Amino acid sequence: MTAQIAAGATEESLHRATPEQRRARTVGILLLLLAAFVLWIFGLGVESTDTSTFNLSLPGAKYENIKWEVDSRMLSAILAAVIAFLGGLVLRRTYLRWTNVALAISLALTALSFLTWAAAGKSFSLVGMLVSTVVLSIPVTLGALSGLMCERVAVINISIEGQLLTSAFVGTIVGSAANIWIGFIAAVLVGALLGAVLAVLAIRYHIDQIIAGVVINIFALGLTSFLARRVLTAAPELNSPGRFASAKIPFFGDIPVIGPMFFDQNMFVYATFILVIVIHFGLFYTRWGLRSRSVGEHPKAADTVGIDVHKTRYRNVILGGCIAGLGGAFLTLSQVSRFEENLTAGIGFIGLAAMIFGRWMPFGALAAGLVFGFARALQQKLGILGTPIPSEFLSMLPYIVTIIVVAGVVGKSRPPAADGQPYIKQ
Amino acid sequence: MELALSGITKQFPGVLANDDVNLEVSGGEILALLGENGAGKSTLMNILYGLYTPTAGEIRIDGTARQFDGPGDAIEAGIGMVHQHFMLVPVFTVAENVMLGNEPTKRFGWLDLQRARKTVREISSRYNLDVDPDAIIEDLPVGLQQRVEIIKVLARQANVLVFDEPTSVLTPTEVVGFVEIMNGLKADGKAIIFISHKLTESLELADRIVIMRRGRTVAEVTPANMDEEKLAELMVGRPVDLVVNKTPAKPGEVVLSVENLVVLDDRDKRMVDGVSFEVAAGEIVGIAGVQGNGQTEIVEAITGLRPSLGGYVKLKGEDITTASARSIHKRNVAHVPEDRQRSGLVLPFSVTENIVLDSYYEEPISNGVRMDWPAAQEQATRLVEQYDVRTPGIDVAVSTLSGGNQQKVIVAREFDRDVTFVVASQPTRGIDVGSIEYIHSQIVGERDQGAAVLIVSSELEEIMALSDRIIVMFEGRIAGEFDSSATRTEIGLAMLGSRPEEITS
Ligand SMILES: Nc1ncnc2c1ncn2[C@@H]1O[C@H](COP(=O)(O)OP(=O)(O)OP(=O)(O)O)[C@@H](O)[C@H]1O
Ligand SMILES: [Mg+2]
Repeated sequence: MTAQIAAGATEESLHRATPEQRRARTVGILLLLLAAFVLWIFGLGVESTDTSTFNLSLPGAKYENIKWEVDSRMLSAILAAVIAFLGGLVLRRTYLRWTNVALAISLALTALSFLTWAAAGKSFSLVGMLVSTVVLSIPVTLGALSGLMCERVAVINISIEGQLLTSAFVGTIVGSAANIWIGFIAAVLVGALLGAVLAVLAIRYHIDQIIAGVVINIFALGLTSFLARRVLTAAPELNSPGRFASAKIPFFGDIPVIGPMFFDQNMFVYATFILVIVIHFGLFYTRWGLRSRSVGEHPKAADTVGIDVHKTRYRNVILGGCIAGLGGAFLTLSQVSRFEENLTAGIGFIGLAAMIFGRWMPFGALAAGLVFGFARALQQKLGILGTPIPSEFLSMLPYIVTIIVVAGVVGKSRPPAADGQPYIKQ
Repeated sequence: MELALSGITKQFPGVLANDDVNLEVSGGEILALLGENGAGKSTLMNILYGLYTPTAGEIRIDGTARQFDGPGDAIEAGIGMVHQHFMLVPVFTVAENVMLGNEPTKRFGWLDLQRARKTVREISSRYNLDVDPDAIIEDLPVGLQQRVEIIKVLARQANVLVFDEPTSVLTPTEVVGFVEIMNGLKADGKAIIFISHKLTESLELADRIVIMRRGRTVAEVTPANMDEEKLAELMVGRPVDLVVNKTPAKPGEVVLSVENLVVLDDRDKRMVDGVSFEVAAGEIVGIAGVQGNGQTEIVEAITGLRPSLGGYVKLKGEDITTASARSIHKRNVAHVPEDRQRSGLVLPFSVTENIVLDSYYEEPISNGVRMDWPAAQEQATRLVEQYDVRTPGIDVAVSTLSGGNQQKVIVAREFDRDVTFVVASQPTRGIDVGSIEYIHSQIVGERDQGAAVLIVSSELEEIMALSDRIIVMFEGRIAGEFDSSATRTEIGLAMLGSRPEEITS
């Protein structure tokens, strides 16, 4: 008997949809609805004669008075058409891999249309908002990098929030009592200390990592609130550490839009960008990174080739704490220059979401951080611009973006295989 | 190169896994380590590799006593091990896995990927291993993954190579390649120890065979004056029937029918592409094929573990294509899954808990609210006895059982019901001859009681011994159907998509 390979299935016989196809269908329909919404609310919601003016330069910049004036209704109509077109493409389900790209582009266009609507008949400093986006993204990105350092070696760090808060507090006090640089160093060290606490609980004592993290968060919130009330109210001079000045990079700092966003900031912003690059290359091109990733993916395999799993985990979790400490220092030594109770207000958790959204990659963390930074910048600027949207709703914006992004846009992403599991040797 | 283990004893809680074991091996020699499931073979090798610390005994290399506090020390002493469950990072490339722990670097710890690739290529061509240094591990078939493990060991300049059940996951063609590799290594002066449950292979490959039973070495023989029956008897301590005794099948009504089934794998590759076949009551149908040709996905689709993209699965005429795993299970379907550790057992659970894993929610194990633990324990005790599961008790975590005994726990659970349809993937992977005999007789017994049986195995011998009808799969399609009189070559050809020139490679 000679073997004959049967013919394969025909396309018509595939009568059940794959999850990707179902997702594409949902996304496609959502995009069409979104297009209708954009046209209806943002397009028809303005006077037909309105123009929106976007300022693309800051007052006093080298190249001043760069402006973009558009017909508000026209722009929104065009944007709605583009979104509808993308929705139609997604619905055809021929390029399943581009579903997420289409979704991301559409959301960005919606944001632009929203701004056009909010700025209709007025003038709006777009570059100012972009600069705030970068500034506000810093703590989120640093939080995400901290989480990433830990999860790449399979330790879940849910205590980023507590690490940010405690180091912001310590940075303030030490910075006020001594000088701002010593405050900065103290903040980073406190982050490392809390990282070490998490590491010992999770690695040495195999305590559930989520619980250990929650405990650290509660502890940090309670302690800093208590001390803030007791110490900082009694001695307000301990609550004014000053701030790091921004340092403009010659030439690059003068480029319109890009310059003020990336090249006229303080050292925290530069440090964050450098960290993203260093961690990326470190993880994927050095011995340290290879070993760290192996410990996060398959600790037993790492062990059998003589890698010390526990030592690797300790080191990375403590480094992660340092990065969160840097984020904490940024909050009080750069952004607001004074400590308040629960000043982080969930930034650490948003950082965790940014880590997931960024798929455990440093540049992904940066991109995600910028998205969240944008949501917060939008919230602030719209408050100033005076829109009919209630301010309570506006302050929900960053959190809503978090939920939508993590639940909807991320899709299938794969955490390190051993994430969250203690390694117990026989 | 002389390696000697003397007086090795290992006490686990409740189990004396190794009891004063002595073993020697020298360069240019292949030693086979045989024994029942739970005899202590893996434990002994893990001690040699520094993963376990022995309770007593010593390891000597060229006469000097060595102490291993971890695999790092063993690697340094020139010992390499290929584990029963591979120790490769699935998302890394071949080169990354090979260099891990031993990385060539430039300044600042910057990885020298070029050099790592070169190492892989050199070893690969020297021993005819033929592995692409840039392939990602999870994309490779098991046979190639094993070669990566071998390269990994060789890259660390190992002189003693330990293989724990190297051939239990390989296909017949891959075994041929493996034997060549082993002989190449031997000619190169390496000392090789391999654990196996396959008697033919051990007789063919080994220079010396050591047999373990209940933690002790009980015999040492040379293959020359041995045959399979004698070897089996030495292992199990009683004569073993090595052929499956069964009467011709009397197929009844059709129980399972699969029509035009299309299934995707996790990465959306179409692994099953329009497959149709039937299994009738009272017959055993075997699906043969090189692993990774869609067998896994077919079984998962039939048992409700994976959605299908097209086609139908019918059980006694009823459409179960989109039914849940439990509702399929409740239709008296028994399923022995391919990967016991991933989908067959809850490793941290006790033996009892694993035994009642499919029936915990119904009488007599529970009344819907409260578990009746004494009843569960009674059932566990009975099955442990009946299937000869070697365990210190029914309350120990199933993860502490040896590989073969874990498999027996699953088989016991699944077969201890009235079943109308049995689907078993690799039912005897890693099981010793004595227990294979028992499990095979159970499978034939289920058939004779009127169950329809579907066996999936990459082990051609097993398929041929058990099946009344054989289906061969190749690249997601049916490449041929044979009755039980077909020859090995015919089936082997079909397994390779009937391209004769590939048979020899
Ligand atoms: N980590 C452990 N804790 C407790 N007991 C263990 C552990 N590992 C193995 N054992 C016990 O030691 C005995 C020997 O197990 P081992 O894995 O060495 O058997 P084996 O000869 O390799 O069997 P198989 O052929 O089934 O793989 C078994 O009874 C097993 O239950
Ligand atoms: Mg074993």
